Amino acid sequence: MVSGKGGTGKTTVAAALALALAREGRRTLLVEVEGRQGLAQLFGAEALPYEERKIAVAPGGGEVFALAIDAERALLDYLQMFYKLGSAGRALKKLGAIDFATTIAPGLRDVLLTGKACEAVRRKDKTGRFVYDHVIMDAPPTGRITRFLNVNDEVAGLARFGPIHNQAQAVMKVLKSPETAVHLVTLLEEMPVQETADGIAELREAGLPVGRVVVNMVRPHHLDEDTLRAAAGDHRAGVAQALSRAGLGGSRRGGLAERLVDPLVAQAAEHAGRVELERTQRAVLNGLDVPAYELPLLGTGMDLAGLYALAKDLRKQTVAE
Amino acid sequence: MSEGVDTVGLDTPPRLAVDRLLDDPETRIIVCCGSGGVGKTTTAAALGVRAAGRGRKAVVLTIDPARRLAQSMGIDSLDNTPRKVDSVGADGGELHAMMLDMKRTFDEIVEAHADGERAQAILANPFYQSLSAGFAGTQEYMAMEKLGQLRARDDWDLIIVDTPPSRSALDFLDAPKRLGSFLDGKFIRVLMAPAKVGGRAGMKFLNVGMSMMTGTLSKLMGASLLKDVQTFVAAMDTMFGGFRTRADATFRLLQAPGTAFLVVAAPEPDALREAAYFVERLAAESMPLAGLVLNRVHGSGADQLSAERALAAAENLEEGCIVDQESGKAGLRDAAAEAAGTSAETPETGSPTAARDTAEVDTYDEDGAHQADGTDTADDAITVDVITAGLLRLHAERMQVIARERRTRDRFTSLHPEVAVAEVAALPGDVHDLAGLRAIGERLAAGVPAGA
Repeated sequence: MVSGKGGTGKTTVAAALALALAREGRRTLLVEVEGRQGLAQLFGAEALPYEERKIAVAPGGGEVFALAIDAERALLDYLQMFYKLGSAGRALKKLGAIDFATTIAPGLRDVLLTGKACEAVRRKDKTGRFVYDHVIMDAPPTGRITRFLNVNDEVAGLARFGPIHNQAQAVMKVLKSPETAVHLVTLLEEMPVQETADGIAELREAGLPVGRVVVNMVRPHHLDEDTLRAAAGDHRAGVAQALSRAGLGGSRRGGLAERLVDPLVAQAAEHAGRVELERTQRAVLNGLDVPAYELPLLGTGMDLAGLYALAKDLRKQTVAE
Repeated sequence: MSEGVDTVGLDTPPRLAVDRLLDDPETRIIVCCGSGGVGKTTTAAALGVRAAGRGRKAVVLTIDPARRLAQSMGIDSLDNTPRKVDSVGADGGELHAMMLDMKRTFDEIVEAHADGERAQAILANPFYQSLSAGFAGTQEYMAMEKLGQLRARDDWDLIIVDTPPSRSALDFLDAPKRLGSFLDGKFIRVLMAPAKVGGRAGMKFLNVGMSMMTGTLSKLMGASLLKDVQTFVAAMDTMFGGFRTRADATFRLLQAPGTAFLVVAAPEPDALREAAYFVERLAAESMPLAGLVLNRVHGSGADQLSAERALAAAENLEEGCIVDQESGKAGLRDAAAEAAGTSAETPETGSPTAARDTAEVDTYDEDGAHQADGTDTADDAITVDVITAGLLRLHAERMQVIARERRTRDRFTSLHPEVAVAEVAALPGDVHDLAGLRAIGERLAAGVPAGA
């Protein structure tokens, strides 16, 4: 399960993780549950249907499949699978019962989504081998993840008997087992780090297995603070001269190079402030006592090549353990 | 501030005049929507602070359970009723802020619309308790409800609404309709079939179908859950009309001229894609879009210097160090030692590190001291070159970010050239006090990212 505050890149991290785990001929399934078609965008594929499709080949021959789970289709599937309700299912749909079940009824939608993922986890082929070595879910954001995963407990409490009760219990067993890990993606910024800390506390309280913190978009640090102080302090004239030597104009007051000094130093000061902030946030993360992976910020933006680079990075970090 | 929209040129989108929107007494509701993590809550709070500072009596409704507004306004006593935020208003303006408590809002509706005994039955129903505690969609319904209540009270002349952190910004518009269609739907009647449809002769055929259906439902959900749902639906029955009317009224309120939607996004592909969906949807619903707030946009005071030239210049300076120095690494180490305050000429201690540094610097002095001219010593010049190269690399990176953000923005504006845009310069840190919100408000009003 890959969760994280909005904007931290959880979809990207989930995809990179699926690629990283698909090593040496292994097969992974990447599951999307929020209907945003973020995976298709990321892989430059057409909108994913409700069907498991090979979306990428990992270096070394592994395969990544993807599935965008649609709650309504999952419910009809489920009805078909357990009750052979072909036409009755359609009638239910016509009545609005399916709409009710997937959008209004408390938690049923989440039960269906987690249920479908668990089915993929447990599925075996004819030889008795698991079809997927790993199932990775691009899960709802940190603020909702505990509720999302724990919904089966809640539903099992609401529906005290019957098939929904049993299904919810079975799903909960998988989710709380050591086979599951909930990874939380964060940035080195205050609010995402705070949400990560809150998320970990909630997951632990609910007895759900916390995996890793994935620190995403880590920036390179070009200059240390002392250097910056030096630049901002007594070296201004020197910096102007250096800029001029490098061919960027005159270093006298008002010269092209001289006019660059102030904005460049201001940018550097902003950078220093950010480095300091990141240091503080890193300390907070270290205090959470959850092992972390780190992924770099890709300067050119996120594309398929970048995704493979992140996967390679993750693979190195997972192998190193 | 004199016009709503400034057209800057063909390539740049029209600029959203935020102050004019806030100052216009006709503006009664501002809805901030957009995907998660783009700074919606901060934008809503900053607009509230700025409006109050410009004489409006404003209230900010936030819905986010992470209590981010509370954090960013430096108060944590936000609850389901608006509270005054101190020392914000000017010129008779005031700011009130509240956080939506969806369960309490739902409970209040039940209590207001059902008599005592029936209300108690609903509140105690397990199905209701789960529904009201916030599963998919409840937040959106209750946000709409609360907005309607605040508007009806007429205590404020401007209501600023933050929207729930939904998977999609569209949920805010869709969820109330879904509730409406559910309440009007046949399914409700099926659930109540035993009580309602039975006995009518002409409905015999339908009745058979329906009891078969409830049989199926009972098999699926388990009899106890079905019974809970049925009891809930029966108890709510009298309230349904009220629900529907209120949801419709709030929806119409959103279409009224006094409402302005601000779509909030960050200059990233995902966020702007959501923003584009939302813009299209608002047009389809004839809801008034004021413009796009693009948060966390980077700028540079030195944007006349391109990334390419900055990098070339940085390499130029670094090469100079290598030539003078035999090894670039030694130069970097010297620079670091110098910057850290370890003066090369006056080593203070005999520690191994200091000794090594001194040795290297000594070597360098022999090779390079004669080339130094003017008042700078040669190692100072090297240090400055290294620092300057660092500044240039940092600048190149900034220019690349700016170029990427501009491409992403242009993709949006070429699709929707009519949408006015306010760009808000990125702050180096997080905002969690009123001063920070004021700074954001100023940047919002300026509408273009300032220099670095």
